[in-house]
Amino acid sequence: MNRSAIDLWVGIFVAIGFGAIIFLALKVGNLVTLDSTPGYHLDASFDNIGGLKLRAPVKAAGVVVGRVEAVRLDTKVYDAVVTMRIDRQYEFTKDTIASINTSGLLGEVYIGLDAGGDSVMLKDGDRIKKTQSAVVIEKLISQFLFDKASGGAAGEAAPVKTVEKPAGETKK
Amino acid sequence: MSAELTAGVAQWLRRIGGAVTGAASKLGFASRFLLAVLWHTPGAFRRMHLTLREIYFSGVLSLVIILMSGLFVGMVLSLQGYETLKRYGADEQLGILVALSLVRELGPVMSGLLFASRAGSAITAEIGLMKTTEQLAAMEMMAVDPLARVVAPRFWGGVISMPLLAALFSAFGIFGGYVVGVRLIGIDAGAFWGQMKAGVDVWPDVTNGIIKSFVFGIAVSLIAVFEGYDAKPTAEGVSSATTRTVVMSSLMILALDFVMTVFMFRGASVI
Amino acid sequence: MSIPAKPSSSRAAEAIAACRVDPAAAAVELTDVSFAYDVRPILSGITMTIPRGKIVAIMGASGSGKTTILRLIGGQLRPKSGGVCVGGLSVPDLEPEGLYALRRKFGMLFQFGALFTDMSVFENIAFPMREHTELPEELIRDLVLMKLHAVGLRGAAHLMPAELSGGMARRVALARAIALDPMLVMYDEPFAGLDPISLGVIGQLIRRLNDALSITSVVVTHDVYESLKIVDYLYFVSEGRIVAAGTPEEVRASRDPFVRQFIDGAADGPVAFHYPAPAYREELFADVG
Repeated sequence: MNRSAIDLWVGIFVAIGFGAIIFLALKVGNLVTLDSTPGYHLDASFDNIGGLKLRAPVKAAGVVVGRVEAVRLDTKVYDAVVTMRIDRQYEFTKDTIASINTSGLLGEVYIGLDAGGDSVMLKDGDRIKKTQSAVVIEKLISQFLFDKASGGAAGEAAPVKTVEKPAGETKK
Repeated sequence: MSAELTAGVAQWLRRIGGAVTGAASKLGFASRFLLAVLWHTPGAFRRMHLTLREIYFSGVLSLVIILMSGLFVGMVLSLQGYETLKRYGADEQLGILVALSLVRELGPVMSGLLFASRAGSAITAEIGLMKTTEQLAAMEMMAVDPLARVVAPRFWGGVISMPLLAALFSAFGIFGGYVVGVRLIGIDAGAFWGQMKAGVDVWPDVTNGIIKSFVFGIAVSLIAVFEGYDAKPTAEGVSSATTRTVVMSSLMILALDFVMTVFMFRGASVI
Repeated sequence: MSIPAKPSSSRAAEAIAACRVDPAAAAVELTDVSFAYDVRPILSGITMTIPRGKIVAIMGASGSGKTTILRLIGGQLRPKSGGVCVGGLSVPDLEPEGLYALRRKFGMLFQFGALFTDMSVFENIAFPMREHTELPEELIRDLVLMKLHAVGLRGAAHLMPAELSGGMARRVALARAIALDPMLVMYDEPFAGLDPISLGVIGQLIRRLNDALSITSVVVTHDVYESLKIVDYLYFVSEGRIVAAGTPEEVRASRDPFVRQFIDGAADGPVAFHYPAPAYREELFADVG
């Protein structure tokens, strides 16, 4: 095996090796991570974040506009405070609602943003006022059973009154 | 009888102690060896044609087995994965399943194991044979350091080849998964690639996989050259050295894989 | 073989001072050298002088320590005690760079050639030239062909070592050993396993090259017949000690029982036929009565 043949084969090998790496990076992975594009931070607090993880997507109208950067527990009111990093090109109104949703039954948990009609926009470091916590299946089931029990005992006319805050109640 | 028992236990303890000190001194020798090999790295790259030759022998000649194995692993993953995902109605996630399994784990680990058994054992046998036929001694007597001329190029040939081979394994595996999943089973191509793209992040998945394969490359190459250099200069010596290379490399790969996985992927699912 | 160990802290000047010998007279001088692998003694009290320009043979039975002497001269081993002086330098005290510089003036012929199997004959001989000189390729080509011509194998330049016979491989290794015109050439069993013609060829080459290139040669061998034909002086080593020494004429006429047994090839003598064992009668009738 003479030298030029070896050089040729090694060159081909390294080329397709790098090609494979680039293929994995671009076609397989999402290289366009918003971590590199400029962004700003928004906070939101929730009763329960459910299965929300770090780096979970933040979507508006189904489009990924940012990522969850940090999650911590506020020990004063025992709420979860989520810090999101939003792509700078997307601005949201001050009355935007942040809700925790699940894509599909087994899908990943993400934060959905529903913009409102306010004229003022949220700036870097602002807190989203209106939030909707995650739907926790157990609470839903227990509420359903409680409703059934109290509705069956007191008659259909009695309005449903629950002691605990039902999931899905808007927080002011 | 008690004297015999004591003598027997004493001898047994001595053997264990000898084995432990033997292992410790071998580890120390191997560390000094690694430093010596790294020290001679500039020499290996000055003789670039030597290192290129070793990349050819370790990398290019491993292509066939790596690509074929990658293809088959990807196809089997797709087949088996589909059966299980279908039960939960999540068969559209097949793309992510195949891609993540390959890129995070199977690509680096399996190509590492294959590399160890094909290229690693060849390197050990080559160096061991050169030692047996006094070629290394002849080189020393000609005032040429065999570490720079024989060992270091083979080490770097392996280290450079491994990440490339792992990436090729993963790429071909994903292609195999695509062929089986989309063409044979009939999953929507858009769902396959789309879900995959959404689920596989360049950091940490792809880059961590590459880091893993790089670490595996260092481990396998070091073990291969060390066992060859340290082999007993007889036929049995070389043969047991080759066996040791394959066994130790495989164990190191699996152990390192566990350690690295704990550090790399623990963060993704912990708040 | 190990990674080159750290030498003692002596400087190169001390290395020279330790050899109180006139480098003009003797190429190699061993003074009361002893060597042991852990507790097993290999050599003790070895004192020998190898004059410049001469061929000296070190003879002895297998395992007598002859190859160890070569390794001590070449610096691959360090003596437990005693001095090893080569070209006025004390070999055990040299720093690695000094040792490598000294080795560039050596040539060594290993027992079965030790040719690099992944290179052709031409490249094997060009190897030391390419490694240690900056000579242009045309000049290297001429030099290689000249060396090959000296050993009669110029036409085999393109062959691979695997295609060579034992005698041819040994000659190529010889050409490689003299590639850089060394001052000292060491031969480790150059006659072992060769057919009669090749024996004669190698012997003649050793003598002719030694005289033509004015080099000093040390030949470790147990081939009496060939050695007596070509060497200037012989040392006989048995069980790590020098038991006899002399010129070929002195050796042929010697009455020393060891030398006589060696030259005559007698089965029994100072080197016993029987490996140490308990008395024959006792061992055969051990379990009786």
